[in-house]
Amino acid sequence: MTTERMVRYVAPDNASTPVINLKAVTKEYIKPTGEIHTVLQDINLQIGKGEFCSIVGPSGCGKSTTLNLIAGFEAPTAGKIQIGGTLLQGINPSAACVFQTDNTFPWKTVIDNVSLGLRLHGMKKSEAYEQARHWIERVGLKGFENHYPSRLSGGMRKRVALAQCLIMQPEILLMDESFSALDVHTRSVMENELLSIWEETSASVVFITHDLEEAIALSDRVIVMTAGPAATIKGDYRIDLERPRNVAEIRFDPEFLKLHQQIWNDLRDEVMTSYAQLH
Amino acid sequence: MHSSTNVSQTQIEMTARKNALRSQAIRNRLRTLVLQILVFALIVGSWQLLSSRHWIDPFFFSSPVDIVKHIETWVVDGTSAGPLYEHFVVTFEETVISFIIGTILGVVMGYLLGRNKLLSDIFGPYITMLNALPRVVLAPIFIVWFGLGMPSKVALGVTLTFFIVFFNAFQGVREVDRNLVNNALLLGANQRQLARHVIIPSALTWILSSLHTSFGFALTGAVVGEFIGATKGLGFLISEAQGSFDTTGVFAGMVLLSITSLLADWLVTRLERRFVVWRSTAK
Repeated sequence: MTTERMVRYVAPDNASTPVINLKAVTKEYIKPTGEIHTVLQDINLQIGKGEFCSIVGPSGCGKSTTLNLIAGFEAPTAGKIQIGGTLLQGINPSAACVFQTDNTFPWKTVIDNVSLGLRLHGMKKSEAYEQARHWIERVGLKGFENHYPSRLSGGMRKRVALAQCLIMQPEILLMDESFSALDVHTRSVMENELLSIWEETSASVVFITHDLEEAIALSDRVIVMTAGPAATIKGDYRIDLERPRNVAEIRFDPEFLKLHQQIWNDLRDEVMTSYAQLH
Repeated sequence: MHSSTNVSQTQIEMTARKNALRSQAIRNRLRTLVLQILVFALIVGSWQLLSSRHWIDPFFFSSPVDIVKHIETWVVDGTSAGPLYEHFVVTFEETVISFIIGTILGVVMGYLLGRNKLLSDIFGPYITMLNALPRVVLAPIFIVWFGLGMPSKVALGVTLTFFIVFFNAFQGVREVDRNLVNNALLLGANQRQLARHVIIPSALTWILSSLHTSFGFALTGAVVGEFIGATKGLGFLISEAQGSFDTTGVFAGMVLLSITSLLADWLVTRLERRFVVWRSTAK
């Protein structure tokens, strides 16, 4: 496997238009009491083509809100979001998302789940199924095409979710704490799997996590957010670890440890602030 | 050689174990059935005994044998108001029609109000108010409006079934997993596709479970309507029997009604299994 894989990592070309561009984005909600709650304050973030970017921060800091804004589920209160240079309005047409909870539709079989995106775009069933079979095999679920998700394990359902997203060949893959509900072993298997599939695509990944190790092990870049309310970007770290990586082993790399310590210094204060607010 | 005997050995053991488990399951089912029959025999038997010994007055309480005989007469010779099947068909028709209309209206309204916050804000209080009204009081007005025939019974049945299906459909639509909706939207679903692939299948479990109750209510609507004013139907037969102090007739009507609703319940269960295959395969 490893020998066949192309070493893909190319430093993002900053001269071209970023795939995702958040310009002075602020998100506010009106609480039932009438007060205004600011979740995100003045976020500026550019993510390049093919870049794997993780966002870490203490819980409740607005990581998921950032993701929702990029997906187009919600609109920013101020500022603007550009996707590939054009202003995002409504649902982001070039993104797919792997959620923390299930992506899979329990009333559809694996193959119907995976082919859904293509079918929604009007592709013929036979063609969609053919592509779906390829992707099901790609994520290692061959033979499970006609199973309902309720008969699969959590890790297998994540594989279905990945195939469901990747079959659309999205320019942007959003991942909202996608692996946090999995057990440790399944999780590192899935992380490696994700990297090996991603390295063959040109998708930009926005990976939300509260696990700094996971963020460093997977990413080209780690963004640290401040504790909410009015969260903003605190740090932006480039992770120049060699690819292809083995997620389980890279954690012992001295370079990894150095980066971890550096970013953790930044993150710790925010975690403490967030902790203090709760107690 | 050696390994093949080993394999067949384990196979034999496995079959034996499987057979043991299977016969255990059959025994359990048999025991439940025997107990169910015993309970039936006990209740009906003591009723028959009490009645035939005149410990309770047969005029007021009738007896199982008389009831069966009465039904037999109805089936063979017909009732005083025409053959039995006619009454049965009328009640069944009223029930099914009001069930279908009530269910469709309930699902459509539930979907609309569940998906549209403005609509649910506007109509919510009125629906709650109408639902609080005991629907049976509408029967006289429906008979004035629609006459003694079928439409008045259907109207009553619809008002009874609608609310049950409506509230379930509404809740079902509201409880759809936010992530699944978002996922479908990202995958490119438009509103119509969203309804077809996500919202309706998700709400279907809620809707189907309400159908059991709502079919019962459709039957209630038909029978109550027939009590108050009708020329045909099982409810009419019961009310006629009551008018002539024919307790056996009333009981006979009740037995026929419970058979009808058992039948309906069985049909709805079949329907439910057919629609939620994905859930039953979980085991």
